[in-house]
Amino acid sequence: MDQRLGTIRFLYSIEKNMSCCQTHSMNPWNHDVAKDELDLVDVQVDGVWLKMPKGLNVVEVAHRSKNFIPHYCYHPKLSVVGNCRMCLFEMGTPKMNADRSPVMGLDGKPEIAWMPRPQIGCATGITQGMGIRTDSPLVKDCRNGVMEFLLINHPLDCPICDQAGECKLQEYSVEYGTGASRFVEEKVKKPKNVDLGKRIVLDDERCILCSRCVRFASEVMKDDVLGFVNRGSQSTLTAYPGKSFDNDYSLNTVDLCPVGALTSKDFRFQMRVWFLKETKSICTSCGTGCSTTIGSREGKVHRLTPRENEAVNSSWMCDYGRLNIHYLESKDRLHRPLLKAVGEQFPGTWTDAIHRAAEGLGKVKPEEIAVVASGRLTNEELFVLKRLLGELGVTRVDIVKHNGQADNFLRSGDGNPNGRGAELLGLSSGGRKFSSWGAEIVSGKIRALLVLGGEDVVAAGIPASALQKLDVLLFSGILGNETSRLAHVVLPSAATAEKTGSMVNVHGRLQRMTRAIPAPGEAREDWLILRDLREACTGGNSLHSVEDVWKAMAGEVPQFTGLSWAKIGDLGVQLEARSSLSEGTLVRA
Amino acid sequence: MSTALEVGTENCAGPEAGEITPALEEQATDLIARYPVSARSAVMPLLHLWQETFGYIGPRGVEWIAKKLSLQEIQVLELVTFYPWFRQKPYGKFHFRVCRTLPCALGGAGKTFAALQKLMGLKPGTHEGVMVSADGRFSLEYSECLASCGTAPVVLCNDNFHEKVDEKKATELVGGCS
Repeated sequence: MDQRLGTIRFLYSIEKNMSCCQTHSMNPWNHDVAKDELDLVDVQVDGVWLKMPKGLNVVEVAHRSKNFIPHYCYHPKLSVVGNCRMCLFEMGTPKMNADRSPVMGLDGKPEIAWMPRPQIGCATGITQGMGIRTDSPLVKDCRNGVMEFLLINHPLDCPICDQAGECKLQEYSVEYGTGASRFVEEKVKKPKNVDLGKRIVLDDERCILCSRCVRFASEVMKDDVLGFVNRGSQSTLTAYPGKSFDNDYSLNTVDLCPVGALTSKDFRFQMRVWFLKETKSICTSCGTGCSTTIGSREGKVHRLTPRENEAVNSSWMCDYGRLNIHYLESKDRLHRPLLKAVGEQFPGTWTDAIHRAAEGLGKVKPEEIAVVASGRLTNEELFVLKRLLGELGVTRVDIVKHNGQADNFLRSGDGNPNGRGAELLGLSSGGRKFSSWGAEIVSGKIRALLVLGGEDVVAAGIPASALQKLDVLLFSGILGNETSRLAHVVLPSAATAEKTGSMVNVHGRLQRMTRAIPAPGEAREDWLILRDLREACTGGNSLHSVEDVWKAMAGEVPQFTGLSWAKIGDLGVQLEARSSLSEGTLVRA
Repeated sequence: MSTALEVGTENCAGPEAGEITPALEEQATDLIARYPVSARSAVMPLLHLWQETFGYIGPRGVEWIAKKLSLQEIQVLELVTFYPWFRQKPYGKFHFRVCRTLPCALGGAGKTFAALQKLMGLKPGTHEGVMVSADGRFSLEYSECLASCGTAPVVLCNDNFHEKVDEKKATELVGGCS
């Protein structure tokens, strides 16, 4: 190991940590962030001297130095309990001369006196001159022993366990365990198939008592219903009898559970996780826009899980957003363009549908057209729309307001995922203009209505009788509704998981979503629909890819200046400081 | 020996359904006042108090203590189930503990236990957990070391300590219970 000696100056993503302080108030603990990222001490990790922020724990130091210390109970966002013992490491302190000066080795580095007993990495903060061995024979022996204990009562039912494939017991067994068990006694029997709450099932025999779920419920959600009863080998995870774990963030414990003890009722037995294609996206169920990973296979979304993003949602997301994926397979899904003829809608081709739509818009004067732009559309889609409207000379455009259920944690009071984006592109007055359109249709001022993003304008306050007066009613959306049934042309579009684009959340953060699955049937991404409609209406055809749209948008929208599709990155870009955000104005910081 | 869990004050039967007297409330307040830094620390004394008053700690006790200390019920239940000295079910009027740690086991604790089982009319052959006689008069369980290894086997009947309890002495002990 000596040849690897050498001081490495390691300033770990200070920039990242400084720009991402927004969610730190959300979590009671952030062990992955040092108190002062610039207050560095020298530590030796597996023979290499590094500079690391003082007070960081050994698991995090190993992580930052690209070493790995396995752990079950430790989580950077929860309190440290040190009960799994998996993160044992060998620790050393500087050897001292009689005058308390450090003994220097031949290489000019302090010599380390190694302790004969291992320490737990999660509960050990680094100090000046500390030696850390993450891979010594002692450490390997410890991990092997811990694995053997953890597996003593484990049912080994991997073939029917949902966690298989992403189970820390499996992974660490392979890495640090022994293939065979020496246990010949009877395994302890514990409750199975326990209904822990509306969305969670517990298998107590699989539980390794790491207490991550207990700590999440207590520390992050402040909703203590989970705990361990009995003791020793009989210790059992349970909710207080008669209470159930129904918190709107309960499914985060399924992610936190390192084993298959907690499983989601929605996802269990649906799909082996190794078959899932993982696509980075964002949740569009409210204005917060939590970073997500879409797990899909063969054109079907099986689950949505939170993707760590300290600027938005840390490691969490609400159950409502997580489970809001089933509308993708709803029976109301629009699969083919529909054209109205003799009072009835018939399936038609895209060519006919776009032609009919363009023809309709051409029949009326620009000032007689109103456009419902929707805060559910991406910036790219809205931008193509903006181009189209600019070329046509249409100015009557707005979005429909959707109220969300704010919960003082992640869920926002704004139900539109991209209401800010629509504002920023000048296509929204927050529903103010829209409120008078019903009367304007009746009085004949508005003769054509283009409804985008599947908005149900009937539910939003324009009576069906008014819509029937329109010369042209065009509808584009995912699901059929009152409005779509009255439309002259229905253009089926794509849902979040089915399209690529960007949105700006209520806190002014620009984020990307990526297409995970194709839209069903003949449905198409909205920006393609709008591109074709624009070409048919005005002949404009300069935008052929999301990147093209970005280039044009960055040149036109001041807040996007200097940004490109690639620069947004997986974690997004803050368009302005979160605290200084005022209603309706977005200023690039 | 997993404990069956029951819930809800309304399910509470037996002595625990009894009156919570002002004297009990006062005792609880005194105990809590002894822990000015963290009231949570009073949870153990309160559990003892409840058990001494009602004989066991059922759901009503758990909920009463949780409320007194602003804890969640689960936090109190964890303790109740952790310590074997806390009971979730009523014991008999005379509760016997037979030591089964090594010296007593060698000294014949098994025979003493079997004799007591027979005398109390309990089902022989089983010995996990606490057994209570049908009339609620006796209950019996094994315990760990009672700290008198020189006079094995030893038995604790309620708070009274008995040494060298062979089958004969066991008969006398049970006979003397009134």
